[in-house]
Amino acid sequence: MMADLHPLRAFAKSQPLGAAALAFLVLFLLLAIFAERIAPYDPLEVDFAAMLSAPTREHWFGTDAFGRDIFSRLIYGARTALGIGILASGIGCSLGSIIGVASAYFGGRVDLIVQRLVDMMLAFPIVVLALVVAASLGRMPVLGIDLNLVVAIAIPIVPKVARVVRSAALGVRAMAYIDAARTAGFSDSRIVMRHMIPNVMGPVLVLATAYVAQAILLESALSFLGLGVTEPTPAWGLMLAGNATDFYREAPWVVIFPGLAVTLVVLAFNTLGDALRDYLDPKLET
Amino acid sequence: MLGFLARRLLLAIPTLLGVAVITFLILRVLPGDIVEVKLRADGGTVTQEMVQNERVRLGLDKPVVSQFADWMRGLATFDLGNSMWTGRPVTQEIGIRLALSAQLAVMATIVALLLAVPLGTLSALARGTWIDGAIRLFTVAGLAVPSFWLGMLIIMGLLAFNAMPPLVFKPFFDDPWSNLRQLFWPALAIGYRYAAVVARMIRSSIIDVMGEDFIRTARAKGLPERVVVGRHGLRNAMLPSITVIGLEFAFLFGGLAVTEQVFNLNGIGKLFVQAVTQRDFVLIQTIVMMSATIFVIMNLIVDLLYAALDPRLRVR
Amino acid sequence: MNGPLLDVRDLHVEFRTRRGSVKAVEGLSYQVRAGEIVALVGESGCGKSVSSLALMGLLARPAGRITKGEILFDGVDLARLPESEMRKRRGRDIAMIFQEPMTSLNPVLSIGLQLSEPLMQHRGMTSVQARERATELLTLVGMTDPERRLDQYPHQLSGGMRQRVMIAMGLACDPKLLIADEPTTALDVTIQAQILELLTELSRKLNLAVILITHNLGIVARYADRVNVMYAARQAEGGAAERVFTNPSHPYTRGLLAAVPRLDRPRAAQLATIEGAPPNLVNPPAGCRFAPRCTHRTEVCEADPVLFEVEPDHLVRCWHSNVAKTPPEQNALSEPSAAKPALPIVKAEALTKHYAVRSGGVFSRMNGVVRAVDGVSFEILAGETLGLVGESGSGKSTIGRLLAGLEEPTDGHFSIELDGANDPAARRRAVQVIFQDPTTALNPRMLVGDIISEPLRVHKLARGKGDIDARVASLLESVGLRAEMAERYPHELSGGQRQRVGIARALALEPRFIVCDEAVSALDVSIQGQIVNLLDNLQQRLGLTYLFIAHDLAVVRHIADRVAVLYLGRLMELGPRDEVFANPSHPYTRALLDAVPVPDPVVERNRGSRTLKGEIPSPLKPPPGCVFHTRCPIAKEACKQSVPPLRETIPGRFVACLEA
Repeated sequence: MMADLHPLRAFAKSQPLGAAALAFLVLFLLLAIFAERIAPYDPLEVDFAAMLSAPTREHWFGTDAFGRDIFSRLIYGARTALGIGILASGIGCSLGSIIGVASAYFGGRVDLIVQRLVDMMLAFPIVVLALVVAASLGRMPVLGIDLNLVVAIAIPIVPKVARVVRSAALGVRAMAYIDAARTAGFSDSRIVMRHMIPNVMGPVLVLATAYVAQAILLESALSFLGLGVTEPTPAWGLMLAGNATDFYREAPWVVIFPGLAVTLVVLAFNTLGDALRDYLDPKLET
Repeated sequence: MLGFLARRLLLAIPTLLGVAVITFLILRVLPGDIVEVKLRADGGTVTQEMVQNERVRLGLDKPVVSQFADWMRGLATFDLGNSMWTGRPVTQEIGIRLALSAQLAVMATIVALLLAVPLGTLSALARGTWIDGAIRLFTVAGLAVPSFWLGMLIIMGLLAFNAMPPLVFKPFFDDPWSNLRQLFWPALAIGYRYAAVVARMIRSSIIDVMGEDFIRTARAKGLPERVVVGRHGLRNAMLPSITVIGLEFAFLFGGLAVTEQVFNLNGIGKLFVQAVTQRDFVLIQTIVMMSATIFVIMNLIVDLLYAALDPRLRVR
Repeated sequence: MNGPLLDVRDLHVEFRTRRGSVKAVEGLSYQVRAGEIVALVGESGCGKSVSSLALMGLLARPAGRITKGEILFDGVDLARLPESEMRKRRGRDIAMIFQEPMTSLNPVLSIGLQLSEPLMQHRGMTSVQARERATELLTLVGMTDPERRLDQYPHQLSGGMRQRVMIAMGLACDPKLLIADEPTTALDVTIQAQILELLTELSRKLNLAVILITHNLGIVARYADRVNVMYAARQAEGGAAERVFTNPSHPYTRGLLAAVPRLDRPRAAQLATIEGAPPNLVNPPAGCRFAPRCTHRTEVCEADPVLFEVEPDHLVRCWHSNVAKTPPEQNALSEPSAAKPALPIVKAEALTKHYAVRSGGVFSRMNGVVRAVDGVSFEILAGETLGLVGESGSGKSTIGRLLAGLEEPTDGHFSIELDGANDPAARRRAVQVIFQDPTTALNPRMLVGDIISEPLRVHKLARGKGDIDARVASLLESVGLRAEMAERYPHELSGGQRQRVGIARALALEPRFIVCDEAVSALDVSIQGQIVNLLDNLQQRLGLTYLFIAHDLAVVRHIADRVAVLYLGRLMELGPRDEVFANPSHPYTRALLDAVPVPDPVVERNRGSRTLKGEIPSPLKPPPGCVFHTRCPIAKEACKQSVPPLRETIPGRFVACLEA
């Protein structure tokens, strides 16, 4: 445990902003995990007596058109956003990394075919692909998270990650220590697992962080369009959909808080990603 | 040059064909089709017979392969089929909305470049100062703000200041002033993210280039910093930025889909969302192919610009 | 007026870094007169380049700054000049050329524009006038067809030509001083000679003062009038080149001179070395910087030495300069080089490797075949070292990779005879490689101990933690490292230590044959000697056979028993080391040997300028007939038609030349 703390401390020292972002995200993650304990109200509880209540001591962030407590809905929404974001980025980046490393290591015809497929997948604008998949797949909720939506968001990540990882892996493959491993008679799988993958993990980690941000943005956009998370599940994008726009003048809190939540979490993931990149890139060290 | 164009266009065919196959398969293999959605929307009881008749009418009863063949045959003869929902030709459905979306995309690009180029350059040259810090905050926020929410905030602001442009859309050639006032705000909502992505790229590529050996050479010649940055730095830094500008343009479509919704503009994006909700296969596949084609063309333009700026890619 | 053009007085430069303030230059003083070539010599990080960037006002801002001292140029103190005034002098009065000609020119601007820039800036010329002058300049630096060159871009020129363009650019406004920072380090030896001869000639013709920064003592001896030796940010010794070379008075200078293997002296059994490594400049030792590595160290060395004048025009910063003067003795080797009984361990026959390349731009693709190795045959005898020399594109590294099994030959074949080792795994283990760049040769995410033990574990040569640790410790010890090093990561080691780890890893598999692929090229002179000696000792102790690939002829002469000379993928000459070096048969071998300067000004004065003309042709389009005929001084018509076969002129000596 002590050994694990050491790199974290080094990271915090050289990238204070990134460490702050990380702390903020850990806080959100805890909110999401312990939503039942923390949220003051049931997010689904309709209270027509308190419809569109402005922020008060009872309802910190006010209530929506059904009198549901916005603060509680935001906390439960964090569960949806982080769950889908982290899962989608994790799946997309893992698949992309495997494809990218394999493509670089085997080279030749395999590489050529994989690259063509990747190019083709990239020719789909992300949102279009996710829209189509999300709309067609239907729902498959597991533990409150719609797995089909996760897949729809993860698919567009795969080719992008594959492309970046491939070029990083090509760089690693040209290193003399790979030649040394080959002359020492190590097996292909050992070279890939022990020598190549650990050395491309840096960029993958940076990408994965950035793609959590993108996945959360995409989820909120899909939910906003009515193609992602559906009522009654609390989701930030969904809270802005439908009749939220009717209350621009009367109840701006209905619009402001969910958007702010998306923005802050995405901002934190992006900041963390930038900090990780600077931290892992020795070029910037002076 | 012509040979290059011809070869690149030939190379685009398998890519587009692949996109067509995948789109087609996703649409036909995954559950849910228009008939149920449509009939249910009409209300009343839906009998098995009604469903069957409707499927026959729309050609959905044929084997998938022959449906695909029909579509391809149509594409080759520029007959893109009729919307399954309205029954009108998709070319007509798209045509009446294309001008609006295209104008929005172009305006968003202009907004983005006007913001990104000066901000990115300034940020790189003032690296480490408070100016750089402020610009970086502005750009990293641009990546984080959902464009639909930004659109909503803009509308709230406009309402608060009583500056809301007229709600009924005016085409540019009917009333340019009112048209520009209407489209400026959605263009800003889409363009902010675009600007942020491009500005970050410009910043990092200028920083990379300014560390190159030839910049030291230029300084060693006694050139003023203005020339060192302008002639030697920017031109080289343009190259990676052009790729990002081109690719992000192709991806603007996503921004259109949500922003047209927020601003209630009847454009391609809104049409597409509608088509997806209603499972209007013909419309969906046409719009997907359109956006993939735009992507391929943007790639081509990026390559041509690259060649124009980088002599290493030209061949004697 | 006979005063100095440049008078550097007590220059101090500091860099602020995250780890603290680095004093990169401390108390440097020297003078440069018009028409004189002054060398700054030293190993990497000694401050020689930084001090010249300080002269130009080009220190990286804001990290680097001049903290003390004066730089008097034509009577004006450059150290205190505002940037706007300094800028007027850069490129007009003082010009600078850099080490990397490949990256020092702007890739997207034409040669003509880049040459015109200083002319239009400082001379106010119009673009037409500047273009005319640019044409003259290209002619001046010996480029053919200057008009056409102006419209070309850097990527269309070879490294040597780019460096000529850099020189032309430097000379554009008739500067008084030209600073050349390692101008030929990135170039091949025959091209290096061309560029340095050109610089010398221009210096004489234009009465131009030149500051020549280099790590190569041979270059200093051949081209410099005066020399300043730097060590760990300080000046160790300085004065007239001839005096410093004939009477080196600082132990560091003497150590350097002894550590360089030389072509003009009998071969020594062991290279003299300077043990240890230069100090860290964030926290340098008190007193004499060299004391920790010095064999003459006494208590007095704990105080900072001052500069003593050992003789007129010869200063030394050492307390013992007048006592410790044992001449750099290299005991000559009596053992004849071919004394080892010889069975061939490696047999290569008509070895050929072609690479298909696809290159070119957006508008068209150029498909071609690089003939990296083209029908090369040789044998390597058990227990000997075969030296493989050649310039870039000669295919020397490709041959190493082929023998190591890292590449498959396109044609021809080779066999490695190993008695007793017949299963594939054992054969695989028997051939190992030591790589050029110690930084990329070690997996950065593994501990040194794991790097060395991994082959042991994979091939089950040691079992159990105790056994493995013991083997790792003994391997580390055999390459001169302490066993505690096993707990470090590669980035915590110096370049020389990393190279030792690479050697230990290769030894772990108990190989019989080791390919040393430029194994010492990336190291500083004082470290290079240590590694060469280590390789030598290991060979004798373990009965190893080496293929020693290098571009440095003197190192090859020191370590190899026989030498093979390659050019554009073909074998030019092969024979016993002493015979090839003393009496080269092939005109290319002669040219190579002529191009290498030796660190002795007296010897160099007596050598004429015999530079090989022209550029090395692209291995994509090797010339027909004898590949060397385009540059050969004795080429006849027949050489353009037929490929000369490799023939045995006298037993054991092979030459591929129609005229030899």
